[in-house]
Amino acid sequence: MEIKQTALAGTLESSDIQIMLSKGTDGIKINLDSEVKKQFGAEINAVITSVLQKFEITNANVKAVDKGALDCVIKARTIAAVQRALGTTDKPAWEVL
Amino acid sequence: MKNKVNRELPDDIMAQLAFKPFQTTEIGHPTIQRAAPKLVATTGNDKLKDSLAEIVQATVKDGMTISFHHHFRNGDFVFNMVMRLIIDQGIKNLTLAPSSLTGIMNDLVIEAVEAGTVTNITSSGMRGKLGEFVSGGHLANPVIFRSHGGRARAIEEGSIKIDVAFLGVPNADRLGNANGMNGDAVFGSLGYALMDAQYADKVVLLTDNIVPYPNTPASIKQTQVDYVVKVDQVGDPDKIGSGATRFTTDPKELKIAKTVNEVITKSPYFKEDFSFQTGSGGAALAVTRYLRQSMLDHNIKASFALGGITKPTTDLLKEGLVRKIMDVQDFDRGAAESMHTNANQQEIDASWYADPYNKGAMVDQLDVVILSALEIDTKFNVNVMSGSDGVIRGAIGGHQDAATAKMTIISAPLVRGRLATVVPDVTTVVTPGDSIDVLVTEVGIAINPKRQDLITAFQNLPGIPVFTIEELQQKAATIVGNAHPIEYTDKTVALIEYRDGTIIDAIQQVKD
Repeated sequence: MEIKQTALAGTLESSDIQIMLSKGTDGIKINLDSEVKKQFGAEINAVITSVLQKFEITNANVKAVDKGALDCVIKARTIAAVQRALGTTDKPAWEVL
Repeated sequence: MKNKVNRELPDDIMAQLAFKPFQTTEIGHPTIQRAAPKLVATTGNDKLKDSLAEIVQATVKDGMTISFHHHFRNGDFVFNMVMRLIIDQGIKNLTLAPSSLTGIMNDLVIEAVEAGTVTNITSSGMRGKLGEFVSGGHLANPVIFRSHGGRARAIEEGSIKIDVAFLGVPNADRLGNANGMNGDAVFGSLGYALMDAQYADKVVLLTDNIVPYPNTPASIKQTQVDYVVKVDQVGDPDKIGSGATRFTTDPKELKIAKTVNEVITKSPYFKEDFSFQTGSGGAALAVTRYLRQSMLDHNIKASFALGGITKPTTDLLKEGLVRKIMDVQDFDRGAAESMHTNANQQEIDASWYADPYNKGAMVDQLDVVILSALEIDTKFNVNVMSGSDGVIRGAIGGHQDAATAKMTIISAPLVRGRLATVVPDVTTVVTPGDSIDVLVTEVGIAINPKRQDLITAFQNLPGIPVFTIEELQQKAATIVGNAHPIEYTDKTVALIEYRDGTIIDAIQQVKD
């Protein structure tokens, strides 16, 4: 799927993650800023990547600012950002949940 | 070598500094030779000085040990004033031995280390930039972390030999009689500084408030003081403590506090003349509020409250629910002012409070203590020193000391954000699991298996599920996932002393 516009989901509150998704040309590039990067960086990247893959997005730049979010939160915020970026928020993709 | 809590300690440094590995929480009855300061006799008529620079020059020499107290906390002006002069005068190889280091001191400590002015540090703790600096391996020699009682012991037995103590006070007369209660920058008890005043070779008081001689009550006495230096301002009153104490509204903290109160009031220790210590965190303040109601409901009064004191505790004193407060430190202005007006709020020094090597410390008389934790592991070992990322960001305070109470309760959330509080192994062992009796979390409690009496007492508390600590650890792991282990280099950046001076853990440099 093609990203139509840069989109944002999530806040900078503790236990949340803010995902900004924009067009990319060179695969999925994730720029992660997290206080728990050392302990959970790989897992956070994997969760974001798996959501993007479910939407069949192959090229994207992701800026993620994590404040200690759990996997379920990371997934929810990424889905929201993807649907905003694809312009498909009127048709929530329940099946990827 | 490994010690009794299964922590690997660096053999070379242990040998070089003649440290012994931690064995047991039992102190026994060792025979102790106390150290004594060397002094220059005087009638005391020429102590009052205007120039701090001249006093620094006259007293501080290369290689000495200097000390400060941290009663001004983040409102401290004294530390930076003195360290600025020491750095600028080109003095080298000092050992810095304050009662603790607060955030406002961080920049100058780092500058002093980089300039070669400070080459050794011993403290209760450190946070922020300084913790990151030390954890990054930028100080050649390992920091020695000591509890408040452990520092008192080390000073008394001469392991810390203070050459010059620079002690800020909100008032002093021209001979050095001083207390923490009058003036602009009041902080109440001088508990930690009293050790330095008694044992340092040279004692320099800094004050912005010279009062008529003789000044009473005199916590620090003229017999101990070499110089009294008049400065513009010793501290920022607004940053010394929290102004008005606010009770937490966080439902998780309130649930934990309520459970802690249940544990206390259903324990065999909740009876007339019991004693307790709470801390200063949000949950601890809420515990005091719930405990007050329980004491009224059951018509039970406490013989004493101990430790770092807050206004909710001094309110209990005023109400007659607590007969005495034994006060080593005041966390807020309300508690500091109460010391001034209530004769039943007794100032105690760090030795009286918590030193294992004296003829009876207050902590040995303590029934119940509520302590916090960054992490607690399945052996009940507690970490209050390093974050889950391995970086130094805490302080021992009185944790190890107060944990000798008859019932030690750790109050902590199961997880904080994505970090588990209950873990298989803590990052750094500060207080050994042998001292810990009950863990209270928002989902339930865990009781140390060696306390079968408490397991029996707490098995049928309504609304308070009892888990094994392994079960709580697994619950936490289910929520946050499994953390990737932190990588360290082989450089030791800090050693944690147990209160008896043995080494309970080492902290390694964090790999970038």
